[in-house]
Amino acid sequence: MPHIHPDEVREIASLARLRLDEAEILRLTGELDGILGYIETVKSLDTADALPMTHAVPFDCPMRPDEVGRSLTIDEALQNAPRRREGLFEVPRIVPGTGGP
Amino acid sequence: MVPEVRGASLVELAAGVAAKKWRSRDLVEAYLERIASLDKKLGCFLLVDGQGARRAADGVDKKVAAGEAVGPLGGVPVGLKDIFVTRGIETTAGSKILKGFLPPYESTASGRLAAAGAISLGKINMDEFAMGSSNENSAYGPVHNPWDLERVPGGSSGGSAAAVAASLCAGTLGTDTGGSIRQPASLCGVVGIKPTYGRVSRHGVIAFASSLDHPGPFGRTVEDAAALLEAIAGHDPMDSTSIPQPAGAYRKACKAGLAGMRLGVPREYFQAGMDAEVEAAVRTALDELGRAGATLVPISLPHTPYAIATYYLICTAEASSNLARYDGVRFGHRTTSAGSLEELYAKTRGEGFGAEPKRRIILGTYVLRAGYYEAYYGKALRVRRLIANDFAAAFAACDVLVTPTSPTPAFKIGERVADPLQMYLADIYTVAPPLAGVPALSQCCGFTKSGLPIGLQTIGPPLGEEAVFRVAGAYEARTDWHKRLPQDPS
Repeated sequence: MPHIHPDEVREIASLARLRLDEAEILRLTGELDGILGYIETVKSLDTADALPMTHAVPFDCPMRPDEVGRSLTIDEALQNAPRRREGLFEVPRIVPGTGGP
Repeated sequence: MVPEVRGASLVELAAGVAAKKWRSRDLVEAYLERIASLDKKLGCFLLVDGQGARRAADGVDKKVAAGEAVGPLGGVPVGLKDIFVTRGIETTAGSKILKGFLPPYESTASGRLAAAGAISLGKINMDEFAMGSSNENSAYGPVHNPWDLERVPGGSSGGSAAAVAASLCAGTLGTDTGGSIRQPASLCGVVGIKPTYGRVSRHGVIAFASSLDHPGPFGRTVEDAAALLEAIAGHDPMDSTSIPQPAGAYRKACKAGLAGMRLGVPREYFQAGMDAEVEAAVRTALDELGRAGATLVPISLPHTPYAIATYYLICTAEASSNLARYDGVRFGHRTTSAGSLEELYAKTRGEGFGAEPKRRIILGTYVLRAGYYEAYYGKALRVRRLIANDFAAAFAACDVLVTPTSPTPAFKIGERVADPLQMYLADIYTVAPPLAGVPALSQCCGFTKSGLPIGLQTIGPPLGEEAVFRVAGAYEARTDWHKRLPQDPS
């Protein structure tokens, strides 16, 4: 039985905000099916006594003194923005209204 | 005088600059000339900053002439994997989605190299977002292995390994998430070390899988790698996972010998599927280490068969989160027409990412999805603990582990691209150390009959870089594999 169907890949791509064409969806479905089949190997392992390990080295969230340091200027922060306007990142309209593009 | 840079060692070049035997500017010109004449065939450099390198070299030469200190790497030309952000110099991570990106700040590791006096010649090719084992996933074309141009250099830091092998620069930086420093070092016959997690700052290293990403150096010799690591290791307040302890004396350790050391030989790393010539070379190296005064101890790392599945569950989950930032708003590619914000995101990402990042975003999103999280990602975090426990138990019985780095020598370009799972499975000897966060080094331990390098991996306990360098340095002192050079491509 396949581990994954093309409809699931479409749904996941939508969750990941990733536009894929039909050929990509079909190819990925086949590839992921093989990979997920292989990944099943870990499911058989008894891990009841193992605590989840999120990082290799244990560390507490380190704190620093609350002092103002140097940060990027607005121009530096915006210098790579594909579209900018009035010192802001520009995106398509997300709230309906009047005026503006 | 101008030294022959082909095959030169970084520490000798630095010593010569400090001793006024040669000028940094002459080294820069010699390497730039090699890049100009050879790199069309190799594909290592994505960007050559000749002007910046000449300016920096002249600065070093002026200091030397004035009798000022120039740092331990003073005047030596190096290259940076294009995953280290460099202020004002295009940084792409091998991806189309970052084409044209001019970082407004400098990575800690590249900044420390410069502070130690090293001269950056430019930015080096890599698998897109460090995802790959062959450098075939770069959006800017493959890198060719200097030992056989029809073969891959390994990946993801394939350009960094090939550039050192082909003497296009004296040393390089790379990153290792599941083997991306050690496997290309193995396939190109150079030295590469992935230090302990947190030993080298990740600040300014474009993120792939944050809990697994390890910056580290490549060198022609073990001491070259040690000198580079000394320059970049140490605490960095800009990385909350950075280790507070001071860096070790790695160069000194290279010459300390290995008398009395116990070397663990994990039986799970010598199993069916490994190339016969690789196994023979690694077994011969183990014998040599025994003759050098070490004791070989049989070890078991019983959860090794689960390491690849665990690795690909965790790294894809983290990658799908980290790559969410590429949305066409703040930097990088942006689709030309989108009617809504959602469409802007989806089209930008669909156009900008290559096949491997897409595959990993989809897999990572799948394993993190509500209802699947515990069965996949949660399970992988628990198995990761068991794998780390295996290493902790092993290091109670031995000082370091010695294994092959890659089950095969360099394979042909195109040979494995059609089957991503087979490509992943070849990472069997390199994925477990990053899961456990322990340091591991690859160095050359022989060649196949057809002339391809074979890698030997030495794995240490957490912060055990010095023990690793003791073994690697002692092995190198007794062999001369590191002196063999590939022919310059004609």
